[in-house]
Amino acid sequence: MDTTVSIAGVEFKNPVMTASGTFGSGMEYCDFVDIEKLGAIVTKGVANVPWPGNPTPRVTETPSGMLNAIGLQNPGIDVFIERDLAFLKQYDVPVIVNVCGKSVEDYLDVVERLSDTNVAMLEINVSCPNVKEGAIAFGQKKEALFDITKRIKAVAKQPVIMKLSPNVTDITEMAKAAEAAGADAISLINTITGMKIDINRRKFVLANKTGGLSGPAIRPVAVRMVYQCANAVSIPIIGMGGIASAEDALEFIMAGATAVSVGAYNFINPYAVTEIIDGLEQYLKRNGTETVRELIGCVK
Amino acid sequence: MEYRKKETTYVVSQEELSKGIYDLRLQTPAAAYAKPGQFVGLYPPSDAHLLMRPISICESDSVKSELRMVYRIAGEGTRLLSTLKKGDAVSMLSLLGNGFPVSAAAGKKVAVMGGGIGIPPMLYTAKQLKNVAAETEIYLGYRDGDTFLSDEFEGYGTVNRVTEDGSVGYAGNVLDAVSERGFIPEIIFACGPMPMLRAIKNYAEKINATAYISLEERMACGVGACLGCVAKTVKKDAHSHVNNTRICTEGPVFDAKEVEI
Repeated sequence: MDTTVSIAGVEFKNPVMTASGTFGSGMEYCDFVDIEKLGAIVTKGVANVPWPGNPTPRVTETPSGMLNAIGLQNPGIDVFIERDLAFLKQYDVPVIVNVCGKSVEDYLDVVERLSDTNVAMLEINVSCPNVKEGAIAFGQKKEALFDITKRIKAVAKQPVIMKLSPNVTDITEMAKAAEAAGADAISLINTITGMKIDINRRKFVLANKTGGLSGPAIRPVAVRMVYQCANAVSIPIIGMGGIASAEDALEFIMAGATAVSVGAYNFINPYAVTEIIDGLEQYLKRNGTETVRELIGCVK
Repeated sequence: MEYRKKETTYVVSQEELSKGIYDLRLQTPAAAYAKPGQFVGLYPPSDAHLLMRPISICESDSVKSELRMVYRIAGEGTRLLSTLKKGDAVSMLSLLGNGFPVSAAAGKKVAVMGGGIGIPPMLYTAKQLKNVAAETEIYLGYRDGDTFLSDEFEGYGTVNRVTEDGSVGYAGNVLDAVSERGFIPEIIFACGPMPMLRAIKNYAEKINATAYISLEERMACGVGACLGCVAKTVKKDAHSHVNNTRICTEGPVFDAKEVEI
């Protein structure tokens, strides 16, 4: 039985990763899971300088999901390299760093600072719906996405994953733009913009008014978008959106994802990511499937 | 030793203590490690309500391995929790948060202050302070004469009931009662609504006392990963260095001087 997959020449012992922003840099969850068991750790978004994030309330529950508007609070690349990457060095696990910025130069700054680190891949966050400047602005117009991808690719030493937003008319246009600009892979979906109103206070629940919807509620949308993109581009796809079990992960893989990320469900079950890895192995065993790779995009 | 896990616990008992306020006891080995001011995350028994509900620990019995939580129904999640009966299984994430630094009260004059649904964690705190503090005065603030839990504080210090409508004990808020009694604490432990905590922060600064206050905020992970529950801090926070500290991890108890509320 073989659970390995590879993306842009990077080998992963299994296709199950953590989704950015839901697992910190692993420190908060190392009491719960064996970090070395993971396919990869995708770290919380990091910018060139510290970002304070949005006012509270930043999170709220919605049916089978949650809205968040954290606003990418992060300590900036200096602390990240000194503390988070140093922490992750003790584990034999590929590290994918999620990079955010307000301008193209911000992104390039972070990408360059990471060039001489042992980071395996970069995931470029051009799809966070919760920050006013930058971020999603680059991910909702195909010309802007093409441009930023090309400029990042020109300086990046590691393979580049562009993380796509579902808040567009046709996500395949974005996938094609990323591929045409040289992206090594794409990941999708980021959260879906949503809103919740407190009818007793007659106010928005989140201080930011809107937030990104995640959790099982968005899973069917995410599976559909992975399927569409898999049929539109030939670069590998990392699929995410409400994955809570091995069965969910398999849906994404069969729709065309080479790997998957577990996001909001880490909050609900801190053991989820390793239970999903075990569940995938059991599925392969039970069905006499030799490699997970033969399942990628098997549903046409 | 730290106790950190998500586990299935079982309901020992649950009763409605007062209108909409429930008294839940759970069987869990976490009881041997729980500190006053810490909290647990209880998952409502539902596929639609996925996030844990952060609920403070009211008492902990390490001999019986029982944790006691007293909470108010604030929405559908807590309403679902209130339907749990003896023997029912409930998922719990624990132990969360830092807790009150009880030893800081050694040999001091202490005021324990609780307001409304902020009163339950102060019971466990008062109990632990009994053999530590030189003198303990307990101030429990309620809206009206429904002074739930107040009898259980007897024996841990002088219990002062305070009601907004003046129907029981002192009339007004907890600080009105403190001034009426002429008690000057050296250290304060408090949990309650934000206006009460703000007033306590100002009061402590005025009398040059140290106030430890327990904050609350909507949270998702409970373990410091999601950065959902933050409080503004005077100094740079340990995690992001942006004066936004994590209530679930660096808190929920803070030295009032260190947070901007």
